Amino acid sequence: MEKEDVKWGMVIDLDQCTGCGACITACAMENNIPYVGETDAGYGRSMPWIRVERLWEGDYPDIVANVMPIMCQQCGAAPCESVCPVFASVHSEAEEINLQVYNRCIGTRFCANNCPYIARQFNWFDYAPHMPIPLNYQFNPDVTVRTRGVMEKCTFCIQRIRRAEEDAKARGIDIQDGELQTACQQACPANAIIFGLLSNPQSQVSHEARSGRSELLLLEELGTQPRVVYLKSLRTQGISIQTPED
Amino acid sequence: MTTEAVPSGIPVPHSNDVESEENDIREHLMHDPRPRAELNRMVMESMQVTPKSFWVIVGILALLVAVCLFGAWLYMIMKGMGVAGIRRPTFWAMLIANFVFWIGISHAGTFVSAILRVFKAEFRRPITRAAELMTAFGLAAGAMYPLIHLGRVWVGYWIIPYPNQRWLWPNFRSPLVWDLLAITTYLLGSIMYIYLPLIPDLAMARDHSTGWRYQFYRILSFGFTGAEGEWQRIRTAITIFAFAIIPVMFSVHTIVSWDFAMTKTPGWHSTIFGPFFIAGAIFSGVSAVAMILFIVRASMKNMDYFIRKEHFDAFGKLILVFSFVWAYFYFNEFLLAWYAGDASDQFVWNAITQGPNAWLWYLMLVLNIGIPWLTLWNKKVRRTPWMLFVIGFLINIGMYIERYIIVPGMITVNRFPFQWGEYGPRIELVISVGSLSLFLLLYALASRLIPLIPVWEVVEGQHATQLRRIGKAKVPTVTNLE
Repeated sequence: MEKEDVKWGMVIDLDQCTGCGACITACAMENNIPYVGETDAGYGRSMPWIRVERLWEGDYPDIVANVMPIMCQQCGAAPCESVCPVFASVHSEAEEINLQVYNRCIGTRFCANNCPYIARQFNWFDYAPHMPIPLNYQFNPDVTVRTRGVMEKCTFCIQRIRRAEEDAKARGIDIQDGELQTACQQACPANAIIFGLLSNPQSQVSHEARSGRSELLLLEELGTQPRVVYLKSLRTQGISIQTPED
Repeated sequence: MTTEAVPSGIPVPHSNDVESEENDIREHLMHDPRPRAELNRMVMESMQVTPKSFWVIVGILALLVAVCLFGAWLYMIMKGMGVAGIRRPTFWAMLIANFVFWIGISHAGTFVSAILRVFKAEFRRPITRAAELMTAFGLAAGAMYPLIHLGRVWVGYWIIPYPNQRWLWPNFRSPLVWDLLAITTYLLGSIMYIYLPLIPDLAMARDHSTGWRYQFYRILSFGFTGAEGEWQRIRTAITIFAFAIIPVMFSVHTIVSWDFAMTKTPGWHSTIFGPFFIAGAIFSGVSAVAMILFIVRASMKNMDYFIRKEHFDAFGKLILVFSFVWAYFYFNEFLLAWYAGDASDQFVWNAITQGPNAWLWYLMLVLNIGIPWLTLWNKKVRRTPWMLFVIGFLINIGMYIERYIIVPGMITVNRFPFQWGEYGPRIELVISVGSLSLFLLLYALASRLIPLIPVWEVVEGQHATQLRRIGKAKVPTVTNLE
């Protein structure tokens, strides 16, 4: 029997996103992203798998803040995969997701240099054993705790995908749309993140991706075939900054 | 046997004053022959006469290697890569710049030796060995960096294609695997290429030494006796290797440049990086050979007979030519990126030429273009060894800056201004001092053990060179011995 194409994808609605940052926190909790401390984070060693970029538009006082959550785009033709000398950055053919095999990674950091989205993070130190109490109690048992010297990045919450697949298999049916949420999606108060099967034309994510609103694939011109679709209406999206009255 | 007039290199004197004519000619090593026994003695002496200060320097270098290179590296392995200054988005930085720098240095040895040998440039004869040793030790210093740089060096052997139970192979699409293969080939090839012309000299050293030195040379010279058949084979092998090592040399630095050029990173993704890196490598390498020759000449006994002003003169010309070549490539690279106006390339070039480290870029232009172009056209400058040393030193600083601009400089900016960063070295500085010490230490030790002058080649050259009388003029001629 020929395997059915399974392609997970994400839609991020920039008109809904408020830039609150809840996704960053939720992702860190779900995926055991270590707390690196104030000094290291200030130096540029925090390891968020998702970041919210604030891009300022216009001149003072008419400034508009555009916000944009960016994570690994799970490229169909991923630049990080071809440069890894040991196949630590590999393509999962089952889910059409770009995966990082932590225990195969030798830490050349070539993938990080070749990622046009700067979505990859490196474990500079062994942060996990030194997590301050009580953060050390909240590790997710479904996710590997990484050691120093390996790369990591957004996995589309592969552990949740796996669990959903197994549940569905046990029940003898396909995964239902909306049954599975990524951590960032779950935490998003504005419902700006939608995750699901792009290969299923009936899914909400497919529906949104084809909604006719201005779609944007980040750096599509590089030929990376990203799996994350950004939606944005034609009006300027953003939050107006009120000028102080005094 | 054919006899041909020397087209260039050795000037034909036009003066009628026979006395000064003879002196001018005698300035050239090939026209100033001494008996073979005398040359043997001089080279043996150069290895054996060692002042106390030499051992003091070797001791300091060994200490620096132990503490700064291996000590600091061990500390980094124990603590994690975080003790280095690298941070997002600059995932590669000074250590990789050092890697490119040392691989570049290692190119001049092969260039000077193999290319000049193939083209029968006579001035190469006394200096090939000194240049080839630089290749080997430059590679030793450079090849450590990819390892030092690994996040998990203890599993670094996974990059080697070896058969294993899990059928896991390295990714042959990755430029790093090409790097590994190219550098290994180059290291092995250049060691063999050093070794072949060394055998007759080791045999000479064996015949002129006693004690442990005798045993050392006896084993290494493979019982070479100087029979005609042995010479025949060694010449054939040298010729094969001289030709074969040239494409290997070109491939190595091209592949090093592909570590950058194969990526999608703005500034790195460039089609001319291959030849550009090779030009830069030979430029910095030839300058480094000039520096080494100065040090060897100044510090070792009898070396002022073998290494003469004519050699510094020739190196001055080579440096100037490669400065032109390098400038040509750099101008191409810069102009096209600027002219195309691609936004991400603009970010990179603006950061380099106007960013906080822009002074490095201007300094690089002064050192790599300004200094050689203003000085090396002058014969007096080229023939003053200490000036060549200073110029070589400045050029190497300039070329180091060039690598530094490419590796950390170009990746501090990217397509996402939100993710732009800065970079400053931390433990990398210590490790850099350590690997420079390693290079110098290996060279210093080798200068006591390996005849730095290929005596047989010098003798051969002196036999082949003679003054022919054509009418009233004496014309230097070289006999083609092959």
